[in-house]
Amino acid sequence: MDFATFLIQCLNAVQYGLLLFLVASGLTLIFGIMGVINLAHGSFYMIGAYMAYALAPVVGAAFGGEFFSTMVAGLVLSVILGYVLEWAFFSYLYEREHLQQVLMTYGLILVFEELRSLLVGDDVHGVTVPEFLNGTLPLNDVMTYPVYRLFISGVCLLLAVAMWFVFTRTRLGMMIRAGTNNREMVQSLGIDITFLYRVVFAIGVALAVFAGMIAAPVSSVYPNMGNAVLIICFVVVVIGGIGSIKGALVAALLIGIVDTFGKVLVPQAAGVLVYVLMALILLWRPNGLFKD
Amino acid sequence: MQKRTVLLSATAFAVIAATTNTWAQAQPKLKVGFMLPATGTFASLGTAIDNGFRLYVAEQGGKIAGREVEYVRVDDESDPSKATDNVNKLIKRDNVDVIVGTVHSGVAMAMAKAAKESGTLLIVPNAGAAAVTGPMCAPNIFRSSFSNWQPGYAMGEVAAKKGHKKIVTITWKYAAGDEAVKGFKDGFEKSGGAVVKELSLPFPNVEFQALLTEIAATKPDAVFTFFAGGGAVKFVKDYSAAGLKKTIPLYGSGFLTDGTLEAQGADADGLLTTLHYADNLPNKRDQSFRLAYAKTYKLQPDVYAVQGYDAGQMLGIGLNATKGDAKNIQGFAQAVRAAKIDSPRGTFTISKSHNPVQDIYLRKVVGKENVMDSIASKALADPGLGCKM
Repeated sequence: MDFATFLIQCLNAVQYGLLLFLVASGLTLIFGIMGVINLAHGSFYMIGAYMAYALAPVVGAAFGGEFFSTMVAGLVLSVILGYVLEWAFFSYLYEREHLQQVLMTYGLILVFEELRSLLVGDDVHGVTVPEFLNGTLPLNDVMTYPVYRLFISGVCLLLAVAMWFVFTRTRLGMMIRAGTNNREMVQSLGIDITFLYRVVFAIGVALAVFAGMIAAPVSSVYPNMGNAVLIICFVVVVIGGIGSIKGALVAALLIGIVDTFGKVLVPQAAGVLVYVLMALILLWRPNGLFKD
Repeated sequence: MQKRTVLLSATAFAVIAATTNTWAQAQPKLKVGFMLPATGTFASLGTAIDNGFRLYVAEQGGKIAGREVEYVRVDDESDPSKATDNVNKLIKRDNVDVIVGTVHSGVAMAMAKAAKESGTLLIVPNAGAAAVTGPMCAPNIFRSSFSNWQPGYAMGEVAAKKGHKKIVTITWKYAAGDEAVKGFKDGFEKSGGAVVKELSLPFPNVEFQALLTEIAATKPDAVFTFFAGGGAVKFVKDYSAAGLKKTIPLYGSGFLTDGTLEAQGADADGLLTTLHYADNLPNKRDQSFRLAYAKTYKLQPDVYAVQGYDAGQMLGIGLNATKGDAKNIQGFAQAVRAAKIDSPRGTFTISKSHNPVQDIYLRKVVGKENVMDSIASKALADPGLGCKM
């Protein structure tokens, strides 16, 4: 591997890591902070991708400006979806055992997959990259890099900073963190914890949907796509330390590096390298990298 | 008065005689067990196979070898861990005469194992795993589709003819991908070229960027690939976005561009792939098949529908020879091996290991179609390694 190729691979690694962070960020909130094992997280990602595919023509016809108006419409819908789901299902799970959480969220996966099959069908679909982001940058004489991938990386970085700011520097973040540590105490201080959790859950769902929508043009849209990201999301959250946003970002970047270079240098073991990394980190720090 | 009674009773007698006569003639219904995916990623493929098979039966007036056809269906969910249970439902509970299935190679392996043990007729209408007509082969197991090796081998010959010397292959690390790449190497390297690098990533991982960078660094004459479904869409788009499409030709096994062109859009334009079927074959058989299929199901047929249809044809040929006896495996197999099957894909025969010996077409993506370019390999037979019958 010459130096130029090495640099390009580093770029690939960081870009993949940031994308992983984007997908896993919603899970950090729901699993990490609210403590619910949410297997349906992948389904929310899948819903986002299908929204980008199915909503674009509808929204474009109604409001114009396909890409960003579809994003906004999708986000609004996903916040509503998250709010309703929390009210109808998840609010009953906080006090229950993990096994019951697994059962119910697994049930949701089946329901969402079947609905997807009924509404949109089982075919593979592509989502077009918006015109103004459709260029490529030359890297060397053979390779180019799509501008849209850089755009995704930029959005991920912004999001990471925004999440970190909200959680550590604002009153809302303080209340959420307090709620994680002691629900009853927060409630007795006069904060409506039920409403607060409902909002956090809705944001978590919206993040997953957003990730699905923004990744759709590069990942394409196909059945069971949610299950493919679910496991890697859990790996990110567990390595980073449950509930830590900084941890999730570092973990996602680590996985990006290990996966990218693993595929090239030790292709025979590429499938297990990420899990080996997880095992090693958990041996060294059983609670993940940044668990206080 | 008397005359009328006589007449009446005569008519009655005739009617009774006629009905008892048909009762005596009618054979028991032929039970066909469909074990196909009805849900999940491959659901649409399962439907196409089901449709194709039933189209053939409908053309025969709903009967095969004089036996009315009855269908029993099990959804295999493309899940290998449930495959043995599912196939045993058909064999033991429903007591079917013949099993038709399936799409997923892992599931098909479990089905082949069960069929080998019970001796039930099995016709595989898609799954291309080498083992089905290799080490697992048996007199009662047939395939109406292809082996993964076949399109790969044909593309190897094409790439060699184009004068390429140095090629990189890329696929998922699983049986279908490995077998397609092996076929390609067999076809390509015999003419002196070399596969300089075999890239792979775990199934169903679709993060290709690292490997695309590796391809760019290797600078081969061309790339051969095996991907299908969502992975195929993403790979073709990523390959084009990375700028490689302009400088390094991409060749694929036909599934790279089958059922995925809508999603791949302009990025797939001009790609060359090899398969045993194409979108506008110049034979009348195909044209009439496509017309009948479109009329019956209000859908355009695809390669999977053809494979389902030919599974029906093979069953018809075998059972006609044994007068409808599905237990006479010897007679059935002899007839099918001797037959020239008049398929929409073109006439094909069945090899000793029961895999189609067929023409593999070179196709070029034009718009939303895989247009036939030429015959890449004529009457290509799978080597059928490890088959002892």
